[in-house]
Amino acid sequence: MTTLLEDKDRIFTNLYGYHPWNLEAAKKRGDWDNTKALIELGRDKIIEEMKASGLRGRGGAGFPTGMKWSFMPKESDGRPAYLVVNADESEPGTCKDREIMRNDPHKLIEGCLVASFAMNANAAYIYIRGEYRHEYKVLEAAVAEAYEAGMIGKNACGSGFDFDLYIHHGAGAYICGEETALLESLEGKKGQPRLKPPFPAMSGLWGCPTTVNNVESIAVAPTILRRGAAWFSSFGRENNAGTKLFCVSGHVNKPCNVEEALSIPMKELLEKHCGGVRGGWDNLLAVIPGGSSVPCLPKDICDDVLMDFDALKEQKSGLGTAAVIVMDKSTDIIKAIARLSYFYKHESCGQCTPCREGTGWMWRVMERLVKGEAEIEEIDMLFDVSKQIEGHTICALGDAAAWPVQGLIRHFRDEIEDRIKNRTRVAMPAAAAE
Amino acid sequence: MPTLKLNGEEVEFEKGMTVLQVCEQAGVEVPRFCYHERLSIAGNCRMCLVEVKPGPPKPAASCALPAGDNMEVFTDSPMVKKARNGVMEFLLINHPLDCPICDQGGECDLQDQAMAYGVGGSRFHENKRAVKDKYMGPLISTIMTRCIHCTRCVRFSTEVGGVEDMGLLNRGEGAEISTLEKAVSSELSANVIDLCPVGALTSRPYKFNARPWELKKTESIDVMDGVGSNIRVDARGNEVLRVLPRLNEDVNEEWISDKTRYACDGLGKRRLDRVFVRGENGKLAASDWQSAFSLITEKLNGAEPGQIGAIAGDQCDVESMYALKDLLGRLGVTNMDCRQDGAKVDPNVRSSYLFNSSIAGIEEADALLIVGSNPRWEAPIINARIRKRWLAGGLKVALIGEQKDLTYDYDYVGAGPDSLKDLADGKHSFLDILKNAEKPMIILGPGAVARDDGDAIMAAAHTLADATGMVKDGWNGFNVLTTAASRVGGLDIGFAPGKDGLDTQGILDGAADGSVKVVYLLGADEIDMAKLKDAFVIYQGHHGDAGAHAADVILPGAAYTEKPGIYVNTEGRVQLARRAVFPPGDGREDWTILRALSAVVGQTLPYDNLGDLRQAIHGQCAHMIEIDSAPTAEWGDFGTPGDMSSAAFVSPIDNFYVTDPISRASETMAECTRVILNGEAEQGTGTDG
Repeated sequence: MTTLLEDKDRIFTNLYGYHPWNLEAAKKRGDWDNTKALIELGRDKIIEEMKASGLRGRGGAGFPTGMKWSFMPKESDGRPAYLVVNADESEPGTCKDREIMRNDPHKLIEGCLVASFAMNANAAYIYIRGEYRHEYKVLEAAVAEAYEAGMIGKNACGSGFDFDLYIHHGAGAYICGEETALLESLEGKKGQPRLKPPFPAMSGLWGCPTTVNNVESIAVAPTILRRGAAWFSSFGRENNAGTKLFCVSGHVNKPCNVEEALSIPMKELLEKHCGGVRGGWDNLLAVIPGGSSVPCLPKDICDDVLMDFDALKEQKSGLGTAAVIVMDKSTDIIKAIARLSYFYKHESCGQCTPCREGTGWMWRVMERLVKGEAEIEEIDMLFDVSKQIEGHTICALGDAAAWPVQGLIRHFRDEIEDRIKNRTRVAMPAAAAE
Repeated sequence: MPTLKLNGEEVEFEKGMTVLQVCEQAGVEVPRFCYHERLSIAGNCRMCLVEVKPGPPKPAASCALPAGDNMEVFTDSPMVKKARNGVMEFLLINHPLDCPICDQGGECDLQDQAMAYGVGGSRFHENKRAVKDKYMGPLISTIMTRCIHCTRCVRFSTEVGGVEDMGLLNRGEGAEISTLEKAVSSELSANVIDLCPVGALTSRPYKFNARPWELKKTESIDVMDGVGSNIRVDARGNEVLRVLPRLNEDVNEEWISDKTRYACDGLGKRRLDRVFVRGENGKLAASDWQSAFSLITEKLNGAEPGQIGAIAGDQCDVESMYALKDLLGRLGVTNMDCRQDGAKVDPNVRSSYLFNSSIAGIEEADALLIVGSNPRWEAPIINARIRKRWLAGGLKVALIGEQKDLTYDYDYVGAGPDSLKDLADGKHSFLDILKNAEKPMIILGPGAVARDDGDAIMAAAHTLADATGMVKDGWNGFNVLTTAASRVGGLDIGFAPGKDGLDTQGILDGAADGSVKVVYLLGADEIDMAKLKDAFVIYQGHHGDAGAHAADVILPGAAYTEKPGIYVNTEGRVQLARRAVFPPGDGREDWTILRALSAVVGQTLPYDNLGDLRQAIHGQCAHMIEIDSAPTAEWGDFGTPGDMSSAAFVSPIDNFYVTDPISRASETMAECTRVILNGEAEQGTGTDG
């Protein structure tokens, strides 16, 4: 087994809020330490370092952050550029950005400055989830502190770079975590994803070049620049570099947020940091490894799967936001996934056909499967319907709605069939009998 | 030119085209619901998915995907077929199976595409969604359960209509199109009915009236305003049931105004279907053609040519005006006019009464001064063009006249001629904008030219046009907007005061003081009839309106849907209307009435059929030969400089929905007036039919 991440290699040193969040305390933890020097590295060098660090976006899709930054125009064509930080952390199971903003907001603010500088953006917006009222207040106070101390604003950190940071409070819609829906919402419109292309780097916020990054991706940037790309990429496997916040919830003895190196075996993550699965490892039924939208994995895969982008993808799941939802054998897995289907039906924006119509269909069938009120063939039909949604929508919510159902059918088909077979013959709706 | 491979075949395309446009150009059909070439791209129906290489291993929405050089596109691969089947299935799961009672049946995109791209059965065993119907005013009937959320209606009303009345409420499967229980306040609102690919928005006045395959469709021209919108008249038996737009990029694109579309129920009401003669007792009594003609002949022969006058109305076809002019000319009459409103345009200078830039030309203009016009009501189609140009960016608009919401921003210069003078004198910064513009434009509405000082205003506008370079090689931005469909055609053939002849006002004044004894009204209803009470009035027309009430003899004519005829629109475009139905009762095509009368009068007109008549017209006006052409007019001198009164410009239209005999007879237009203009309540539950 690999060794656990040592404390000296942790980026988020106040993840649990044992220390104050304020500027003074943050400085003691090493934030805002000669940020001017980071800026003096210059744009190209910063982006180069970020690319070399191997950091992949922490919001779920895992797109290389350095490369994303490099898509921004080098020279302005007259339009301003923007950095938008996606703090609309809405993926069920995920609570890492919340802790960063609550306990370590200055990491994020410093990251905004550095990232904005690298992308030639004089303004950045943090779009924070509607339910994060407390975090919004902390962040707002931290931004005020940073302005006061000259860390941001005119001539930020004495670097000669002018930088403004705005916080926007969302209204609590899952879809506004999709980057283009977030931009729509930020512009004051209804949160509905935009068609791509054009991508935000070409035409984003108010039609200007924009990069949308996750809170964690931005918050780790200053530390990566300080400690070097080589340090960061020394963790994890190739193409899955760095440390990552894992949010473990569900049937473990000690649910927690923890920073670990990527590619840690799932079993080790759960046993070392979370006190193991409730009732022992053998009591494990399934794990959703990356937030509600990724397919669940049964115990036999969980036994030796590594927690990183590629290993989980190989298992037809994904790292997503690294929100690990653990379910032991007391779980009604069909009901659990049906609940997720209800969530996606509820949060679909209704813009495009497959998601609007398909999520409701899937949920209704799932509800019947929970009770076993279905025919065996309907399992295949449900899988087919989920395939008709996946990849056919404007944004990824369609995929997110389809995957949990696919994961369930892939790994727990027996359970569904048993339930159908064992059902007492309840009166089925006349229509269903046709 | 870049090329891509479409289903294995190389096709060329222009840069900037989308994949869907390339497919269309190559004749490859791509199904779609939300995409519409005149609206912004929404990409939400997902019906137009195609397979594209290189790219991710999933289908892409072709409507929103820019075509790229060397791309490979497949529209018939298994992946595409599966995707289409899937989308079709999703669209149908919550769509009611009520095609047999749906007004869209037979002309429904969803029906057609379900046949072509759907699968036979359904796998959906859950309950279907039901959505409460919405109230959208007297024109639009809604059955919202049928809605497939393509948002064409929302995009149309926001982008083309310029009103923010429609929107998509809620989200997910709870999403609903709504106007918040109000009527849509756009004059173009009913176009959403044509745009709706399903039966969610259907025509309320036409509701449950007919099936499309029962209707006889006739391509024709609208006469409700001066635009000459291209329309299709749908009739069953001898009744016009509905009017739909027809594509003409140069005129109305594919929109028509609500009046054009819905005044047609007025065609069946208050019709003149018999000959009437006013008897000894002062009451009109049914009569016959022969006695009416004899009486008219007697009156005409009993009057000097100078004591006879004729006024043509706003909806007359060129043929009837020509025949009347010809007949009167043979009698030596020169008192005639086709300008009921008394517009002071110069009948001898064609460019003084044309919308010279052409309607499509609006899209080239970069500065526009509107004088005495409310284009939104006088010509909604032209207003939509201006908005389209304005939305594209780079058009500056200023207005002298009534301040109304025109759906685009404008600089307000002032209310009347004084402001026009100030502008010309450089006291307003818009003069520089006009001077510096590449293609500046002025629109003079009836509010500016149909006044006593119209001559002076025309002269001032002419001077301003010259001073700001509105007229130059390849560009004439001097535009007069007329609301009368007959105006340009009438002036083209010279239905205007001849030598020493009287114009409309002169004829009316003459009739009042007794110097004019016989007045022939050819469909003229918008004049002061009180002045005609001592004259012998002949009214030839189709509706029992003001003119008929004042008449001593009524000759029943044909409305625009009941006769073939030439109309020349405000930009000078010669267009052909066709007969959709026959006039009711004894009504006849108007030129034949005049031809018959001429024989009784003893001045037989030398044409026995429409072809001969048109040949005679062509002899005088060669440009009328070529249908759908809009020959430009030479710039000339017109207007008489003089004092302009300080009275503000006022548009003659105070109610968009009711402007002519047909719309005055229309119940639908009356309802629009009541609900949309006056804001009176209507039962708004959506269950009242």
